[in-house]
Amino acid sequence: MTGWRTHKGKMLGLPVANIDTDQLIPARFMSVRRGEGYGSYLMHDMRRDKTGALRADFPLNVHPKASVILAGRNFGSGSSREAAVYALVDAGIRAVIAPGFGDIFASNAVNNSLLPAKIDEESYAALDAALSKGPQEVTIDIDARSLTLGTLQVGFALDDSWATKLINGWDDIDLTRNHDAAITAFKHIRSQTAAWAWPAAAD
Amino acid sequence: MRALQTMLDKLWAAHEVLQREDGVSLLWVDRHLVHEGSHHAFAKISERGLPVAEPSLTFAVVDHYAPTRGRSRIADPQIARMIDTLRSNANTHGLRLYDLTDPYQGIVHVLGPEEGLTLPGLLINCGDSHTSTHGAFGALAFGIGATEVAHVLATQTVWQRKPKSMRITIEGALGAGVTAKDLALGWIAKLGTDGAQGHAVEYAGSAVRDLSMEGRMTLCNLSIEGGARLGMVAPDETTFAYLEGRRFAPKGADWEAACADWASLASDKGASFDREVTLDAAEISPTVTWGTSPEQAIPISAAIPDPADVPSEKVEAARAALDYMGLKAGEMIEGTPVDHVFIGSCTNGRIEDLRAAAAVLRGRKAKVPGLISPGSTQVKAQAEAEGLDRIFTEAGLDWVASGCSMCVGMNGDLLGAGKRCASSTNRNFKGRQGRGARTHLMSPVMVAAAAVTGVLTDVRPLLEGRVA
Repeated sequence: MTGWRTHKGKMLGLPVANIDTDQLIPARFMSVRRGEGYGSYLMHDMRRDKTGALRADFPLNVHPKASVILAGRNFGSGSSREAAVYALVDAGIRAVIAPGFGDIFASNAVNNSLLPAKIDEESYAALDAALSKGPQEVTIDIDARSLTLGTLQVGFALDDSWATKLINGWDDIDLTRNHDAAITAFKHIRSQTAAWAWPAAAD
Repeated sequence: MRALQTMLDKLWAAHEVLQREDGVSLLWVDRHLVHEGSHHAFAKISERGLPVAEPSLTFAVVDHYAPTRGRSRIADPQIARMIDTLRSNANTHGLRLYDLTDPYQGIVHVLGPEEGLTLPGLLINCGDSHTSTHGAFGALAFGIGATEVAHVLATQTVWQRKPKSMRITIEGALGAGVTAKDLALGWIAKLGTDGAQGHAVEYAGSAVRDLSMEGRMTLCNLSIEGGARLGMVAPDETTFAYLEGRRFAPKGADWEAACADWASLASDKGASFDREVTLDAAEISPTVTWGTSPEQAIPISAAIPDPADVPSEKVEAARAALDYMGLKAGEMIEGTPVDHVFIGSCTNGRIEDLRAAAAVLRGRKAKVPGLISPGSTQVKAQAEAEGLDRIFTEAGLDWVASGCSMCVGMNGDLLGAGKRCASSTNRNFKGRQGRGARTHLMSPVMVAAAAVTGVLTDVRPLLEGRVA
């Protein structure tokens, strides 16, 4: 995972609430190996009409080069499928800006260098208005927790530990292995004080 | 004096290996459940040449892609490959695998409790959002993504910031034909699908205490649809009675010690929660969803909402949902014709659910086709021993093997575009049961009522004179 502090790119408005992970990537594409790439499955059914043709009026189809998405409340609700994040990342998306995120989605996003930036309703309305005529150039600054779009500057909320992880591109497994001794000690105490927590031998 | 603690506080403290300066905790994982969808995580650890840290605490289950028919020869090569990949990963790492022919196979969230792998006081992770189900036992149980699954495989721990606490207290008695499913859809309709975001929900009150373990599991299962990180119920005699004698549950002196420990898990009297919500069980009636989000739910006696009457931020979603669902605002939801029914899933595929559905279906014929997929092979055997399978097949419904089936459609159990399904599952998202398919969520008895009438209908008159 590569870390990043700032990003400059095109921000696209997708003012829809509750874009769940089934919309981000339908279940039928989830058996694909990671290396094959998930970008082409991003919002696969949302961006197509009933005949399967790409909808000319769907923002992502009109502006496929966008790297930042503004979306409505509760983005990424639903299943824990990390494939929803893979689809966004592989399609070149670096940040999603929304008034709220599904908890598991947000955590998956940070684990894949995708910024889930939480904004208040007022900022959402301002950004939505600013993007109503099409995508705009945006600059995101993780340290400052802010994004700038023309003359509009908006702050966002991001857990400090997530900011650190996004900036450093840290991998948790490496970090955790520094704590091996503490984990071994914890396991020993738990096995003494809560022996029942280990599965009994099945009959 | 020790500060008053919630059950969340107690469970958190019991699993905290350490807390970083930024407040994020490293937690010990007692049980890790993996399934076919965990292939990304296994690929991650094998890329780094890492073993599974605790194979004896890791259990592999075939459920998401499990064919419900023709298991011996899987026609779809992609499905066969997903199952084979899990087999190979389980074999490489020495994990107990619940394969398709295993008499204890089932949906991971049905199987865990049934096997006694799920216990009060445990921390349980699985790469599936409905892991919240296991919280019904007083466990800290939550779904995680693939990167975190890889982390648990490699270290048997997970990094988490402690969620805020929320208590949903439901007092009173549920009416006839009203179930845990209706309670869950009821609170989600009230608070929204992001109503409990960032919170661990503890369910309390007499209506919750009166629920069976099956009902508590349904309630906790749907916590995620209300945005909660997890759901839980304090363990009590109902919990212990369910678990005693289960295959992997503690035995002998360990059982006694465990029960003593578990009895102290309940939130201290007077402990404070970040958020409190109270509901009256008597006000809940059989509930169905009309839209494409679980919050778009109404009592069966209600009219389909007019987008003009919903809060402004929900207007667009309501319009889009009505369009997708092919429904008209202002019309009664009752009487909407359905094309198909489905009973099953980790939400409502347990023996109690099947018994309740059978009470409605006994001696009646279904007007539409449908599928009944028991939540586990054990549930299937039990249902067959009780003759429930015959009630279903005599009604004209298909009785098939266990798996996630039409809840997520990964195994190929799907509906065509425009088809309307009365379903005992957990998500009515667009396309969930097939591209363009329309899902109405409801309890198993309400699905059974839709089957025998061919329309969405109130089950209560159909229950008269019957024991459900």
